[in-house]
Amino acid sequence: MNRLMERYLRLDYLPTLFCPGCGNGIIQYATIAAIDKLRLRDDIACVSGIGCSSWIPCYFNMDVMHTIHGRALAFAQGLKLARPVKNVLVFTGDGDCLAIGGNHLLHACKRNINLTVIMVNNHIYGMTGGQKSPATPLNCKTKTSSWGTYDEPIQGAELAINLGATYVARWTTAHPVQLQKSIEAGIKHRGLSFIEVISQCPTQSGKSVYGSKDPAYILNYLKENSSIYKEGMEHLEGKIKCGVLWHDNDRLEYIERMKGKIWEYVETKALGGYKQ
Amino acid sequence: MRITVDKNYCKGCGICLSICPKSVYVNSEQRNSFGNLMPEARNRKRCNGCGLCERLCPDGAINVEEEYEAKY
Ligand SMILES: Cc1ncc(C[n+]2csc(CCOP(=O)(O)OP(=O)(O)O)c2C)c(N)n1
Ligand code: SF4
Ligand SMILES: [Mg+2]
Repeated sequence: MNRLMERYLRLDYLPTLFCPGCGNGIIQYATIAAIDKLRLRDDIACVSGIGCSSWIPCYFNMDVMHTIHGRALAFAQGLKLARPVKNVLVFTGDGDCLAIGGNHLLHACKRNINLTVIMVNNHIYGMTGGQKSPATPLNCKTKTSSWGTYDEPIQGAELAINLGATYVARWTTAHPVQLQKSIEAGIKHRGLSFIEVISQCPTQSGKSVYGSKDPAYILNYLKENSSIYKEGMEHLEGKIKCGVLWHDNDRLEYIERMKGKIWEYVETKALGGYKQ
Repeated sequence: MRITVDKNYCKGCGICLSICPKSVYVNSEQRNSFGNLMPEARNRKRCNGCGLCERLCPDGAINVEEEYEAKY
């Protein structure tokens, strides 16, 4: 087995429940490589919701919390407020984050709380058998849209920028090195980092989105159909916009703001009387 | 390079066969623990150690290491 994975995974839980060729394993490697490079193993806590993608951290030999569908961000915010020293990594799927957990995403981004959210976008509900998700592209035949989808997909990364996240990146599983670097940057960033990973689900989105169940074909497709965005560059139409899409260091983080308020109270009201 | 494919973890998805830029892997007759055909690093002399197969293997089955030959 791979030496790096061997050191970080719970070997008695393996093999993973992922189908052959599933992109979740690639994201697992990228995360482990990022954590290993930053040497932060003991300072990381992982939180995940429900779905195949939420099983990614469950194999890590670290602090992991596997919570309920759509509520990963709610649990993570609670954990971060209770233990601000921990670097919290949140793993969610496109259904988990954009459909049932959309409200939590809205509030976490608005607060700009210091979390690193890794949203695995496989364009479908993988675990429950291939139903349409809010991120399914147009004209895809899924289990719940047998005539083809007819609503516009939600672009997770652009949504997060508009909601107020301060580090936003999008990569595909065909960009494993860049993904690792973004995860490192996301962990180091103070504020909400949102990393969308376009991933392959050969079993479900293979047949309904890409038209082939071969994971290697889908990886090649993702590589050829993505363009890497740099600031000020024009984006090619029809390609997946990859890269670091937004980075803002100026907005204050939620816990800092909260601490500021508490000190303000302590100095003016609680201690104020004693000082005079 | 010393390349190993662990038969207890390989699920036979075939990603390594297609993404290796030097075409190191070929399909072999050997089967893994899941009963699928396994890749074999037959052209390992061509490997330049980029590590892409390690990163893209979804199950962590591949390990690529520098080979140090004992010279004495
Ligand atoms: C409250 C609740 N509603 C519905 C479900 C059923 N359910 C389980 S996983 C899932 C979809 C997960 O999709 P996604 O987040 O995209 O993850 P993926 O499997 O695609 O990685 C649903 C609807 C549930 N477990 N709990
Ligand atoms: S159903 Fe899709 S997302 Fe779930 S393990 Fe299989 S390939 Fe991966
Ligand atoms: Mg999904």
